[in-house]
Amino acid sequence: MSDRPSVVIGMSGGVDSSVAAALLVEQGYRVTGMMLRLWSQPGMEESNRCCTPDSMAQARRVAAILGIPFYAVDVQEKFRKTVVQSFIDGYSIGMTPNPCLICNRQIRWGHMLQQALAMGADYLATGHYARIQRDYQGNVQLLRAVDSGKDQSYVLSILTQEQLQHTLLPLGNLRKSEVRELARKFSLPVAERADSQDLCFLAGGDYRQFLAHYAGMPSSPGKIINRKGEILGEHQGLSGFTIGQRKGLQIAASEPYYVLEKDIAGNILVVGFKHELGRTSLKAGQLNWISGFVPTGNIRIQVKIRYRAEYCWGILHATDNDRAVVTLDHPLRDITPGQQAVFYDGDTVLGGGIILP
Amino acid sequence: MAGLSQRVYLDYAATTPVADRVLNAMLPFFNENFGNPSSVHGIGQYAEAALEAAREKTAKFLHARSEEVIFTGCGTESDNLAIRGVALAQRRSRGANHILVSPVEHHAVLHTVRQLSEYLGFEVEMLPVDGFGRVDPQDVKASIRPNTALVSVIYANNEIGTINPIRQIGEVCREAGVIFHTDAVQAAAHLAMNVQLDDVDLLSIGAHKFYGPKGVGALYVRRGVQLVPSQTGGGQEYNIRAGTQNMPYIVGLAEAFELAQTEIKLWASHFTKLRDHLIGRVLEEIPEARLTGHMVDRLPNHASFVFKGVEGNQLLMMLDAAGFACSSGSACKVGNPKPSEVLEAIGVLPAWNRGSLRVTLGHGTLPEHIDQLMQVLPVIIKDLRKLSVV
Repeated sequence: MSDRPSVVIGMSGGVDSSVAAALLVEQGYRVTGMMLRLWSQPGMEESNRCCTPDSMAQARRVAAILGIPFYAVDVQEKFRKTVVQSFIDGYSIGMTPNPCLICNRQIRWGHMLQQALAMGADYLATGHYARIQRDYQGNVQLLRAVDSGKDQSYVLSILTQEQLQHTLLPLGNLRKSEVRELARKFSLPVAERADSQDLCFLAGGDYRQFLAHYAGMPSSPGKIINRKGEILGEHQGLSGFTIGQRKGLQIAASEPYYVLEKDIAGNILVVGFKHELGRTSLKAGQLNWISGFVPTGNIRIQVKIRYRAEYCWGILHATDNDRAVVTLDHPLRDITPGQQAVFYDGDTVLGGGIILP
Repeated sequence: MAGLSQRVYLDYAATTPVADRVLNAMLPFFNENFGNPSSVHGIGQYAEAALEAAREKTAKFLHARSEEVIFTGCGTESDNLAIRGVALAQRRSRGANHILVSPVEHHAVLHTVRQLSEYLGFEVEMLPVDGFGRVDPQDVKASIRPNTALVSVIYANNEIGTINPIRQIGEVCREAGVIFHTDAVQAAAHLAMNVQLDDVDLLSIGAHKFYGPKGVGALYVRRGVQLVPSQTGGGQEYNIRAGTQNMPYIVGLAEAFELAQTEIKLWASHFTKLRDHLIGRVLEEIPEARLTGHMVDRLPNHASFVFKGVEGNQLLMMLDAAGFACSSGSACKVGNPKPSEVLEAIGVLPAWNRGSLRVTLGHGTLPEHIDQLMQVLPVIIKDLRKLSVV
């Protein structure tokens, strides 16, 4: 046994995690590749973009090229019980959850990290684009990636100090173009999956049908009203709508209507015109602070309300009872309950929380 | 996490390295004696002589006649040829439509009879097995019908190592006049093969289980048993298995089979001691561990266990990381664990049947390997149980 630090890398067969693995090997770590087998709708397993048989074969090939062991780990049951169930639960109370964050927290940095540590590894690594900075006391900070176009710090904002201390992100300082270049240098296959935003377990299917089937959510028709309380039409169930949605409202008007709010208790959909969409503050709960400490006072920050959203300036005020309010500089549309709000101080991720209604 | 050189290989039921003597016997047939045994000329005749010598040697150690040995591409092909070949021939000659198999067959048999049932309308009946995975000859007797085309029972099971009472089953089939096939792919490496004493009509072997090369097998077919070929073409292998013979590999199979069969006693007593030492330590030192398969009537090199609340694939991964190459008994590299059909058939409960481990010993196994394994196995099982509640 050598005393070189050992690391388990989550591999997908894609160019990012493959290059990340190659870099770790080059840096002298003892590297083990691991791929998670996640749950898909029965019959759709072949098109789950996180773990198709094709991508597994590709990851195996990469591991063979790098001369590292590779294992597939089955987490289908756990994935279904945590990630899929929270997706269903979220929708049933009118939220629009982001299952990828749950997966990162519970599956990748839950099950896979536990597995890695149990195998005697020191670290878990992934091909995410974000940076981890360690200070002299061993505390870590999570930073945006150098390549702002690829930055994935948003989806890692739910990780705790302890999880991050056991994490390596070899791609954080690289641009995507450099990663492709490195893939050629290491003679790795440069397969690129479509950067789809669909949820992996839907495998290209429609989430409304999925919910109807798995959540057993009966379509319960209800009223569509505007802010003044005027009845404009009828909807076939609130789960089919998300904040800011325009399509599918079927209201005849000179100007398009947008979903403003979902009143779950009253089964009412509140709609309005585009100029009504913006809000000047947001409230978040289930907060995670990367440092482990709740920040005090009013802090000048940027906030991101979805993975692909723009950064918005605002002032963050956190309280001890797991609540944070961001007062935004400018009105912001599509603030969607259930999505993650992530707070940035410059490049540093302070933390984040679930947007509350 | 250990490198390849530091690994301890304990998966000889999956495959074995080619023995030096076998490799040396094979090498001339790649380039020196490269002829096609079907050719008329001298070079062909020389190859043919080697082919027939290999056939004779293989037959000798099966206690069969030379012309009763068919060379195939592997043990699985032998099973396929036997099952499909007999079923189709029996249906054509006398309308027999019923197939009797045990539920602890290898997939090479199970998936073949499943296809015969789904595509060709054969009626496949599963024989009962006891808690060790053994078929009772009296159950075979009671299940045979006038229209039974074939009985197939595995000689010794790959997952749990249990040896079936093949001789008694053969006797029952012989009395009833029903054709009897046995998959001896695992057994041929460790048990004396004798198709006369065992009353076997067809018997499958594969070379790589007994220190021969991968990619070659043989099927014993008793004289008079009609087979529909599953591969047609030239008239090789008595018109039963078309295709130019894979000479180096056939020579290798014969050489390896001779070695295995002549050295059986020597190795069996050595393996049995090591195996029982391992079984004793596992059952003693690991809580909630059970032996699967029979305590005594099992392959001498084969130990198999289930551990409650442990996932087999994770266990293999951890063992591999610690430098030990083992198996769960049912190879599943994609990490998609389904409970094994064999473990279900012998009544292993769901809380246990995912956590299977198969340790199979071979020529390279040293006594200290068992002790080294036992240094890590209890710890890993403990860790995994902790992990599964996280």
